[in-house]
Amino acid sequence: MMLKPTWKSTLKALLYLLPALLILVTFNIYPIVKSFLMSFYTNYDFFKNIINERGFSNFIELFQDPNFIQALQNTVIFVIGVVPISIILSLAIAILLNSKIKFSGLFRTIYFLPFVTSVVAVAIVWSWIFHSDYGLLNYFLGWFGVDPIDWLTDPTFAMPALIILSIWKGLGFNIIIFLAGLQSVNEQYYLAAKVDGASAWHRFKSVTLPLLSPTMFFVSIISIINAFKVFDEIFALFNGKPGPANSALTVVYYVYQKFYEEWEFGLASAAAFVLFIIVFLFTIIQLIIGRKFVHYQ
Amino acid sequence: MRSALSKSTIYILLAIGAVFMLLPFVWMLSTSLKAPNEVMAMPPVWIPSELNWDNFTEALAVAPFDRYFVNSLIVTVISTIGELVTTILAAYAFSRINFFGKNIIFAVLLGTMMVPGEVLLIPNFVTLSNLGWIDTYQALIVPWTASVFAIFLLRQFFLGVPKELSFAAKVDGCSEFRFLWYVMVPLAKPALITVALLKIINSWNAFLWPLIVTNSQELRTLPVGLSAFTTEAGIKYELLMAASTMVVVPMLILFFIMQKYIIAGVARSGLKG
Repeated sequence: MMLKPTWKSTLKALLYLLPALLILVTFNIYPIVKSFLMSFYTNYDFFKNIINERGFSNFIELFQDPNFIQALQNTVIFVIGVVPISIILSLAIAILLNSKIKFSGLFRTIYFLPFVTSVVAVAIVWSWIFHSDYGLLNYFLGWFGVDPIDWLTDPTFAMPALIILSIWKGLGFNIIIFLAGLQSVNEQYYLAAKVDGASAWHRFKSVTLPLLSPTMFFVSIISIINAFKVFDEIFALFNGKPGPANSALTVVYYVYQKFYEEWEFGLASAAAFVLFIIVFLFTIIQLIIGRKFVHYQ
Repeated sequence: MRSALSKSTIYILLAIGAVFMLLPFVWMLSTSLKAPNEVMAMPPVWIPSELNWDNFTEALAVAPFDRYFVNSLIVTVISTIGELVTTILAAYAFSRINFFGKNIIFAVLLGTMMVPGEVLLIPNFVTLSNLGWIDTYQALIVPWTASVFAIFLLRQFFLGVPKELSFAAKVDGCSEFRFLWYVMVPLAKPALITVALLKIINSWNAFLWPLIVTNSQELRTLPVGLSAFTTEAGIKYELLMAASTMVVVPMLILFFIMQKYIIAGVARSGLKG
């Protein structure tokens, strides 16, 4: 059946591909090119589709905008706040779940629940938990003598609140991936290490971690990239605002503001392009580092 | 790690984590059934003294969640069916037909997966407004009826189906299209269910795109309607929690029924890297 390509087979293939390509070219490939071009449109009039000039002024303006700089900083803080904790917690939970205990299926289900639920809905629930006077979190903290914290209205605590919500939401996904990775590790490596008298910590460090490094590598890429794209959580948690005093303004939120609230299409496209570059660079860095240090079985 | 911790320590650690994961859902349900005077009680009331189902009817009276529900259902069902159809056809071409430009087209498609969806937002909005589709069902559905990830996943599955099957079908005089529909598709059922479930979850929970392309209340999906409800309901947390419950519960039910496929799908997407 896999014969040499002919014009006839090409035509047939194109017929099969037509519906998918029509959608993907219009809504995936063309906009990638277009968004790159739009970032160079200055004085762009969207309603009349008039482009007055092309140039780098959007990018210059972007990096002179203190809000954009803050959005970049906040996004980096968010990534640093979420990714390491989430990876450590989910790896630990995955290892516990993998240790041949009863009810591990039930636990897995519970940890995975947030993943299938709407970000908007759970963020609203969390905004109620974070309530400064009647919220559950301050109530629990009160047991330990902590004074009520204005989680959602104090600029110092808005980002921690967002980070807590995001870790809770994303934990299940990472656990599932780690579990899949752990289950593909051959039991005999552990047995061999045990016979050689390796301690539990040693076995973890010298057997589990190296064999799990492809999975770690994948989870880190996905987590970092997803964290760079955070938006829904912020919109719902702070009721359509980027936190008190822009304390939860991130790059995607900045794109949304410029694009949808201020109709600055050129500037918004330039900001989106910066996001793309960041995500792209991280993928490349991780690929290079990954190739050097990742041990494949 | 096995002997480092005793069984009971493992259970205690996992149980503490599980409480942390479940607490928001329990608190949501509990608040959604409380009478207004119990909502802000301190210390918190965990089990409402009386189940106050009125919160749900009251939430429905403030905002048309039934309408939002129908919208979400329409968008989710049609875009899932659309994605399945385009994916089956495209995956067949990539796995069973040899044609000019095959590798280039496939590489370009895989390359697009590296671009974050947020980058496509603005040009897609411009395209849709040129088509006059802003604030229509088409805008909510059509851009989401094809997915490179799904095509890739199904192509891998199709490649594993023995070639002899298609030779046999050809000898029996079965057309290629019928072969795809009556042999390949039934064989690929597990992969298709996985693709469909991940799509349903994403589609049901999507927020930024429906927020941007709809203006009128009649076209809001559940997440967009819920987000607007936070201003409409004011600070009545029992109503907010009732509304959140209505958004969350359908996906929880789906997850409880189909969790085997959903978890397998997520695990598979991770193992490939």
